[in-house]
Amino acid sequence: MTSSSLASNTQSHFISGNEAVAWGARLARPHVIAAYPITPQTVVIERLAEWVAEGQLGSEFLHVESEHSALSACMGASALGARSFTASSSQGLLYMAECLHYASGGRFPIVMMNANRALALPWNIYGDQQDSLALLSGGWIQIYIEDAQEALDMTIQAFAIAEHPDVLTPVMLNLDGFVLTHTYEPVQIPAQEAVDAFLPPFRAVSKMDLDAPTNMGFTAGPAHYTEFKVQQHRAMLEATRVAAEVDAEFARRFGRSYGGAVTAYRCEDAEVVLVTLGSVAGTVRDAVDGLRGRGVAVGMLKLRFMRPFPGHEIEQVVSGARAVGVLEKDVSFGNAGAVFSEVASTLAGAANRPVLLNFVAGLGGRDISRADVEQMFVDLIAATTQPCERVRFVNVQETNNV
Amino acid sequence: MPKPKVRLYIRPSSPKVYPVGPCFMAGHLVETNASWRSERPLVTVLLCTGCQRCVRACPDGAVLRVGTGVAIDYDFCKGCGICVHECTAKAITMVPERGPNDV
Amino acid sequence: MSEALSAKLSLPDDELFLGHKACAGCGGSLAVRLALKVLGERCFVVLPAGCMSAVGFLYPQLAFGCNAIISTFAGTASMMSGIAAAARALKLRDYHVVGFAGDGGTADIGLQALSGAIDRRENFIYICYDNEAYMNTGVQKSGLTPFGARTTTSPAGKRAAGARSHKKDLFEIVAAHGVDYAATATVAHSYDYIRKVEKARATVGTSFLHVLAPCPTGWGIETDQTLEVARGAVDCGLWIQAEYEGGHYRINKSPRRFKPIEEHLASQKRFAHLAKADIAAIEKERDGRWKRLQRLSGGG
Repeated sequence: MTSSSLASNTQSHFISGNEAVAWGARLARPHVIAAYPITPQTVVIERLAEWVAEGQLGSEFLHVESEHSALSACMGASALGARSFTASSSQGLLYMAECLHYASGGRFPIVMMNANRALALPWNIYGDQQDSLALLSGGWIQIYIEDAQEALDMTIQAFAIAEHPDVLTPVMLNLDGFVLTHTYEPVQIPAQEAVDAFLPPFRAVSKMDLDAPTNMGFTAGPAHYTEFKVQQHRAMLEATRVAAEVDAEFARRFGRSYGGAVTAYRCEDAEVVLVTLGSVAGTVRDAVDGLRGRGVAVGMLKLRFMRPFPGHEIEQVVSGARAVGVLEKDVSFGNAGAVFSEVASTLAGAANRPVLLNFVAGLGGRDISRADVEQMFVDLIAATTQPCERVRFVNVQETNNV
Repeated sequence: MPKPKVRLYIRPSSPKVYPVGPCFMAGHLVETNASWRSERPLVTVLLCTGCQRCVRACPDGAVLRVGTGVAIDYDFCKGCGICVHECTAKAITMVPERGPNDV
Repeated sequence: MSEALSAKLSLPDDELFLGHKACAGCGGSLAVRLALKVLGERCFVVLPAGCMSAVGFLYPQLAFGCNAIISTFAGTASMMSGIAAAARALKLRDYHVVGFAGDGGTADIGLQALSGAIDRRENFIYICYDNEAYMNTGVQKSGLTPFGARTTTSPAGKRAAGARSHKKDLFEIVAAHGVDYAATATVAHSYDYIRKVEKARATVGTSFLHVLAPCPTGWGIETDQTLEVARGAVDCGLWIQAEYEGGHYRINKSPRRFKPIEEHLASQKRFAHLAKADIAAIEKERDGRWKRLQRLSGGG
C-alpha cells in the first residue's frame, strides 16, 4: 500500500506521526498550505507537496521563504475565509512568534502542527517541549499528542474546534520531535467522504468580501483594546466545551474518542500522581502498571490540552493525592517548568494541599526511561514525609542534583 | 462605495457586542478632519478651468469634481495648501479658518 | 475646458481612502488614493505597520472604502501571497490584490517577503510609497534614506552629519528578480503614475511600483510643497522615472541637463546642514546611477 492511495476506515497503515498529521491535513482539505521546512517537521510538508503535485490534494501550496511568512500567508488566506494549514518547529515557531499573537488576536482559525524540538543555543534538533511551552501566552489552543492515530484524528478535529463560531481561535498540535514525528505505528485512515461529512467547509464570520468589504487587522487604542482581548480569552475558554462536543461527534462517526482535556490513568485511589504531556505518557503508564503490580498506589494524569488550561479537571483528579509531580521537557530558567508553574498555581487552594515536585527531563532529546519514571514516583512518595528540592533536573551529569 | 458618510458612533456595551476580532465594515467614519485646519482654500469658480490638477493633487480626497469645476469638501480638508500651490489658473486662495462655531 | 475633455481626464469620483489621519500634505496618502482610484473597489488591500496603516485604521475610524487589512511589518508580501492563493482556491473573479508599504516596510524589514513573493510570481501589485525614512515612528533612518539626510537616528552631528549611506537601489533589486513589471513614479507626475498603475493592473504576474512620496513632516518642507519637491527630485536627476517590462529596462525621460542639485536640497530642512563634499558625493552617486541604468536599458 503506497502512501499516496486513499484508504478506508477499516485498514491499518504503518505510518509515522508526521505522515499521520499530513493525512489529517489532507483529509481536512485546506485551501491554502504555506510552510517552510525545518527538522523534524519536514515529512509533513513533503507528503502534502507530493499529493498536491500528483493532483490528489487540491490545496494551493506556497513555498514561502520563512516561517514568519508561512503564518502571514495563512492569515491572509484565512482573512478571505479560506481554510489554511501550516507546520513548524522550535526555531521556526519562535521566528513566527509575532504572528502567533497576530493570528489569535485576529481570530484566524488556522491549524498548525508543531514538531516539539529543543531551542538553540546550543543547537539541538531533537525533541523537547521548550518551544511550544515558551509560547503559552500566544493565544493559540495547544494540544499535546501522544500517538500517531491521535495525531491524524486531532488534526481533523482541530479544524472543527478552531472554526467553530464560538471559538474562532487558531490551534497548535504538538508532537514530540522524532520520538513521535518519526516513529511508525499502525494508523487507521478515514475515508475522505466520512471526513467531509464530519468537517463541513469553513464558513468565516469575519472576512474580507468583495460584496461586503471590511477593514481587518485594525488598530484599537486604550479605549477598545481590552474588550477585544476579553473576547479572545472568553472564546478560548469556550474551546473546552466545543472540543468535548467535537470529540463526541468524532467518536460517533469514527469510533475513537480521546476523553477530553485530560486523561487520568489509575488516579482514583492514587497516593501520588505524576502529571505529564505528550508521548512520554506511554512510558509513564508502563511505570504506573509496574508499581501498581508491586502494590504501590500511583497514577498518571496526562494533559492533552495546555490551552485552554484544564485547571478544574486537574484539581478534581488529584484531589485525593498526597503528592503531585509534573514531568515535562522544558524549563523557564530561574523558576520552574511552565507546566509545573501552572499546575502548582491551580492547586494553590486545593483542600488536600499535596506536595508538589517538578521533574525537568528529556531536554535536547535525552531519553526518559521507565526506570527514570519509577524513580520519580519513589521521589514523590519520599516527598510526602520529608522536605526536598521542588524543581529538579533528571539525569544530570554530576554527583549532586541541581 | 462612492463616499462614506460620517456616522454616529456608540461604543459597544460589552465585549460580546464588539466586532469579532479586529474586523469591521469598510469605510466606517465617525468624525471629520475639519478641526485640523488653521486656514482653508477658497475656489474662485469663474477662474477655474476644470483641469482637475487639484483633484489629482489632494492627499485627502477633499477636492471634488463638480460639473466642469471643483469644490472643496470642508469636512475632510486639512488646509495643507497643495491645491492652492498646484493650481496654474490661480483659482484657489487660502484664507484664515473661521471660528469653530461658524459655518 | 469642455465637458468632454474634462470627463476624459477624470478619475472615478469614488474616494476609497477618505477620512484618514495622515499629516496635512502627506505624499504617501496621495499615492494610495490615486492608485485605488485606478484599481477600484474590488480590491484586497494589504498595508503593513507604517504611516498609511496607522492613519487609516484607527477603530472606529476606518478610512478604506474597500477590503483592507493590516499585515505584520515584515509580512506584507507574504500576507498578499496568502490572499492571492485563497482567491484562486475560492475561485474569486475580477479582483486585485494590492499592497501599499513604506520604504522601511519594503526595502528593509519587508524585503525578504517581497523577494519570496516575486520568486513565486504571485499575481499582485506591490506599491512602495517612499518617504525616505521610518516616518510613522518619528523619522528614523531607513535603507532608503538618501545620503546626508538628517533623521532622528542619523542626526546632523559633529562626527557624522546625516545619513552616511546611499539609498538601496530598490528598483534594480526588484528588477533583478526578473519581475513581470516594475516602475518608478512620483505622486507629482500623476498621469505617469496612473498610467503605471494601469499597466500593473493589466499585468498577469507580479507588479511593483516604487513611488516617491514626499513627507512635509520628515523632510522639513511646507505642507503645500509636497508635489513641488517631488518634481524637484526628478528635475535634478535624483529620482529616475523608469520601467522594467518583459525583461527590459526603459528610462521614461532622460533630461539633457539636470537642474542644480543644491537648490533642490536646500529647499528641505533635512539637508540644511550639508557640506560641499556631501553634495558632491550625492551628485557622484546620482551620475553613477544614471550611467548604470542607461547601460541596462541599452542606451547611453
